[in-house]
Amino acid sequence: MPGKLKAKIVAGRHLPVMDRASDLTDAFVEVKFGNTTFKTDVFPKSLNPQWNSEWFKFEVDDEDLQDEPLQITVLDHDTYSANDAIGKVYIDIDPLLSCEAATVISGWFPIYDTIHGIRGEINVLVKVDLFNDLNRFRQSSCGVKFFCTTSIPRCYRVALVHGFVEELVVNEDPEYQWIDRIRTPRASNEARQRLISLMSGELQRKIGLKVLEMGGNAVVGYLQCFDLEGESGLVVRAIGTACTLDKLSPGTAPNTTTHTNTHTLPNTAPASNACNSPSKDSKEPVFSEDPPHPLSGPPTPLRTLPSSSPPPFSPSKPCSRQSSSSDTDLSLTPRIGMGSGGSVGKEAGPLKTLLRQHTQSALEQREFPIFTLTCFPPGFLVHVGGVVSTRSVKLLDRIHNPDEPETRDAWWEEIRQEIKSHAKALGCHAVVGYSESTSICEEVCILSASGTAAMLNPRFMREGCLDTGGSDHRLSRQPHPGMVGSERGEGEVSSTWLGFEDASPPSCGFVHIPYDEFNMPFPAQLTYCYHCRRQKVPDVLFTTIDLPAEAEVTGKGCLIQARLCRTKKKAQGEVNATSISNLLPFMEYELHTQLMNKLKLRSMNALFGLRIQISVGENMLLGLASATGVYLSALPAPGGIQIAGKTPSDLSYDQHISTMQKRIDDTIAKNKELYNIHPPKLFTLDPEAFTGLNTECIEEVVGSPIPDRQRSSRLFRSTSESSDELSELDLSHGKKDAFVLEIDDTDAVEDIQSLLTDAPIPAGFYSCNTEVMPGIYNWTSGLQMFTSVRVYRLSNANLTNQGLNKIFTDLCENLLKSLYFKLRSMIPCCLCHLNFTVAVPEEELIQVAVTAVAMSFDKETQQAADKALTRGSGENEEQLQFSMELCGESTISNNQPTAKPSGVPESAMVHSSRVSSSERCSPLPEGRSRSLRSTRSLPCGAPVTVVKMTPLSFLPGTRIVKYLGIINMFFIRETTSLREEGGVSGFLHSFIAEVFAMVRAHVAALGGNALVSYSMKECVFMENPNKNQAQCLINVSGDAVIFIRESDQEAIPPLLSSRQTSSTGADGTT
Amino acid sequence: MSMELDVFVGNTTIMDMEVYQLWLDGLTVSDAVKVRMDEGALLECEANAEVLTSDTMDQFRTFQMCERLLHSPTKLGSQLLYQIPAQNQRILIERYYEFDSVFAREVLGKKLSKGTKKDLDDISCKTGITLKSCRRQFDNFKRVFKVVEELKGPLVENIQRHFLLSDTLARDYAAIVFFANSRFETGKRKLQYLSFQDFAFCAGQLISYWTVGAVDSMMEDMDVDLEKEFLHELKDLKVLVNDKDMMDQHKILVCAALRGKIKVYKLMEVNFKNLSRALINLASKLTHTKDVRDLFIDLVEKFIEPCRYDRWTVAEITLFLTHYTNAAHCLGTFRYQMIWDRYMGVIKSCILQMYHE
Repeated sequence: MPGKLKAKIVAGRHLPVMDRASDLTDAFVEVKFGNTTFKTDVFPKSLNPQWNSEWFKFEVDDEDLQDEPLQITVLDHDTYSANDAIGKVYIDIDPLLSCEAATVISGWFPIYDTIHGIRGEINVLVKVDLFNDLNRFRQSSCGVKFFCTTSIPRCYRVALVHGFVEELVVNEDPEYQWIDRIRTPRASNEARQRLISLMSGELQRKIGLKVLEMGGNAVVGYLQCFDLEGESGLVVRAIGTACTLDKLSPGTAPNTTTHTNTHTLPNTAPASNACNSPSKDSKEPVFSEDPPHPLSGPPTPLRTLPSSSPPPFSPSKPCSRQSSSSDTDLSLTPRIGMGSGGSVGKEAGPLKTLLRQHTQSALEQREFPIFTLTCFPPGFLVHVGGVVSTRSVKLLDRIHNPDEPETRDAWWEEIRQEIKSHAKALGCHAVVGYSESTSICEEVCILSASGTAAMLNPRFMREGCLDTGGSDHRLSRQPHPGMVGSERGEGEVSSTWLGFEDASPPSCGFVHIPYDEFNMPFPAQLTYCYHCRRQKVPDVLFTTIDLPAEAEVTGKGCLIQARLCRTKKKAQGEVNATSISNLLPFMEYELHTQLMNKLKLRSMNALFGLRIQISVGENMLLGLASATGVYLSALPAPGGIQIAGKTPSDLSYDQHISTMQKRIDDTIAKNKELYNIHPPKLFTLDPEAFTGLNTECIEEVVGSPIPDRQRSSRLFRSTSESSDELSELDLSHGKKDAFVLEIDDTDAVEDIQSLLTDAPIPAGFYSCNTEVMPGIYNWTSGLQMFTSVRVYRLSNANLTNQGLNKIFTDLCENLLKSLYFKLRSMIPCCLCHLNFTVAVPEEELIQVAVTAVAMSFDKETQQAADKALTRGSGENEEQLQFSMELCGESTISNNQPTAKPSGVPESAMVHSSRVSSSERCSPLPEGRSRSLRSTRSLPCGAPVTVVKMTPLSFLPGTRIVKYLGIINMFFIRETTSLREEGGVSGFLHSFIAEVFAMVRAHVAALGGNALVSYSMKECVFMENPNKNQAQCLINVSGDAVIFIRESDQEAIPPLLSSRQTSSTGADGTT
Repeated sequence: MSMELDVFVGNTTIMDMEVYQLWLDGLTVSDAVKVRMDEGALLECEANAEVLTSDTMDQFRTFQMCERLLHSPTKLGSQLLYQIPAQNQRILIERYYEFDSVFAREVLGKKLSKGTKKDLDDISCKTGITLKSCRRQFDNFKRVFKVVEELKGPLVENIQRHFLLSDTLARDYAAIVFFANSRFETGKRKLQYLSFQDFAFCAGQLISYWTVGAVDSMMEDMDVDLEKEFLHELKDLKVLVNDKDMMDQHKILVCAALRGKIKVYKLMEVNFKNLSRALINLASKLTHTKDVRDLFIDLVEKFIEPCRYDRWTVAEITLFLTHYTNAAHCLGTFRYQMIWDRYMGVIKSCILQMYHE
């Protein structure tokens, strides 16, 4: 079905001088979509032309609308010779195709040239008239929403999680086509940019089709990657999680507000949304053909039909059920994930085994029970097994037929199967926090995938329409009533336990082992859960997901990195691939050991957001593992690290060892202090503040079987395999009784060195690679997203592994140090979502790129918040519910007067009052100075909208009111005058700044004021200083949103009000 | 091992204003690192020299990339490349256009041409300001001059509108533009004791009262030039020295008013005619461009130096000039009251500013 695309070229400004004689430019614009081109008139002799063109109309298929970008070219008219191009703007039309996203694209776009960078700006207006499409046999998938965010987007609630979607498109890389030898670098770059834009449009459309086929309406955790395979082609692949999302109607929005602005409160348990959550009729009309919701006959979102024939959505489909999803399921698990009230808690529930059966049956029929989400609605995650990962080394060969990307498809299929089987080995039926990546060097390619094996609540797979619980459930440490069901339902629970349970509902379910205690997949030390005392937990837990909202954490977390460098002989083809795949398991093992040591050194027992990257170069392999370490209260306290020498006869040697041991012990003690890790027992010293934890000690007195706290560590299973039939390696050293580092071992010396040389974080700084730092709650609006790139040249080619390791570690440490120094004005502050990417762009070069966001928080209120939190966790459920509502009301009433004066109703905000809304939302300094600016008459029009960018899925102290669509952009920049542009640093600096500027401009043009879940997925930098040339490719993505700021007034009082309301709440119930 | 590439780009451009000042002062990266170390930057955040060098390089690069925009400050507000909070934008612009008055004093009244630019290394040597900084300041003068030279309307407002400068700074620039345009003589040895601020004040006075814009703000003419008609009319004031009766009566009136009020009364009485003649002659000569240029040297030679020789105090000069001006109103036959006031108002305040005891 066709749609009508309309574009209008309004004006240009700051154009470059194209005519040296007059110092002016005769600019005109070509607007191109598909094969149709329109032109504006020439606006002679001006650097600020006003074209004010007519509406250019393109009548096109919606399939094309999804695939093609609108291409705007600004040219300088030349009477005698060919017209000179000034630059281009590519506009992705996709956000206009979903009625819930943006309705118009309007604003100033930087005019970009791949050789000269940004050259002026152009004001464009774009609209789409989409004819209502009822044909379900279509090839387009307009209307499916895409989110980069790896959690359920705020202002939506999840009705159904359908599962994994993936797609892959391949093509020849224009850079390697024969024609590239005769065309200019500019033409070649533009061909590449255009092709990738087309390919990602196509990819998104195809994924959308799959989602529609599954009955969903959105893709969450959409991750798109490019593999630049050089000669053998260009691969664009994407994975995501298909969901059915319901938009929260504006009326229920204040509900969300409550959670957002009071995220410092323990009382506002988001899970209680289950009771006061919005009704289901908030669905958008467009999706009215979608299967009717919950209870009225749950559809099983399984892929029952082959993907080649998209089935029409007949009304009969929702009624057809898989045999496994029985009605008993509904009756048996009424409280799982829904147990928001304490009243249900006392009934006997289904047994664990039964639960497993259900979920397994529901999930196992899927091809891949894999989810790209890292953060879940409360109750979704039942148990977590551990990290599963797979790597495979492949030799690339030319993609002969772009229409049949089967080889690549088969590779990934293989890997996903392996991941699935690893998860199974851990007794889990699903994988969450899943991601895929590649590293390519010449014709060798390492494909990697990793995720966290988990047991999920089956209700979400069919109809458990639980709320996402507003925006910031992650920020709340409060135990979730929503989590209660899964554990409370255990048959073995005695009534005595239940008594305690009411006082402190278990928030520990997810750490309980999913596998069979007597038939463990790997050796591990199990103990009874330190929280509920009923279930077994491992002593250490590694995961790739974000810290679940319900998890109870002692103290603060910190970034933990393991770094490794391994040299390798230069080789070709098969030999090379074999040597790489031989090295891989050893690297994984060492990275793992490093992580474990560092974790213990910080006295922590769990890792979240673990991401292990292995990059391949011609003569070395780089491994970098990053994760956020925390102390989970439910897991046993970690033992220390003991150093043992092999030759104890020598006295001086003994002394050496004992000094080492002392240093390690000191560091552990220091770290405990630094991260505020004091095991729960100490908390009883302050009975007033820590009532909630008192119960735990009582439990101990009661005499639950507490195993000895052993100085030991278990190794979770990090399955590593390469395709070259490597026998599976058992990496665990859990068989050893104590965690001993033998000093004779050179690796151990190295380990200790790296342990002790990690520079301490400067005071006032925290860092993590997850969305937020556990233990920090009162964020201010101070926010700074940044990207930093460094390239080191190794001067000495004959470096040993050890020497390389040292260099690589120093590199990362220095980079972090520089970041801290740069951001020192934001203290106290936390670097969140620190994402390191390493690469070996050339022989002897190491490239490290970091993207993160620095967020400052309020130190004064921090302690108070801590107290309030601990206190809050002691309140019982009824109280929580009650105070929740009170809180909600009070914040709403607070909210109204501040929100009203701006007079921006939600609908109007998108269109006319865009500037005002964004201005209002801008942080204080900007807002304040705005008045200064407005008093002056700027000749160049309205001030630029401030656009915030963050890799997180939220902005602290704000509420996201609308998602405007996905931003996915690919840019190439090339220069033949590297020295003149300030060398490689100058070149890359301005390119990254340009990319940011273009992203901001697109967000602003959509009517947004922020980009969340931002990521820079690719930053490929190549240089040839001898030729004075350099080239760089950057791919960025994120979700454009409109946010509104919670008033400053509210940001402070919640602390006070929380206490008040909680006390009144208590009064009310007692 | 060497660092090949090192960049840091924030969504909001991070700018350390202390480093900015070092950059503006024309320091090299290594010198700036030294200065920062001396100021104790290493104590912050457990930094080391490497971190500091990297940060300084990065900041310098950022400023260098922004410099292009600072040349037309209005662009800074509407450009999309760097997201800089408006507060910082203002500081960036203001600091970029700030100048050393020692430097400005050297350039004042000179033609802002390539020739002068070549002399900058001399000025750099003389003032101790780095050549780089001198160049920036000189280029700023020239840029502002070029933009406002042909513009109509009030000079200060024009500068403010196009360069978004603060009121004080815009006034200083107005003085520089005014001096450069009229090419007033400021370099003579006898004028060396005068500071940039002295001249800037005088320029302010001249702009406010002697230009076309001063009489009629609606006039679509420039503030840069003195009003020709007014200068011509000043010739009429000659009557005060040419008409002997009038001169005598003027003297009597002034003496009557000042008797017993100033210590230098005697000397004043003796010198009155000389002083009066000096001021009136100055007025009548201003039709010639050459004499306009010499306005300040004339004031010093003909009026300030004699007074200083006689050890007048500022208070005494104030009294004298006040009564000297007012007494003219009492002369029955004197018809040029308006012009007299316009002339004497400016001359009086200039003399007072330029008279250093």
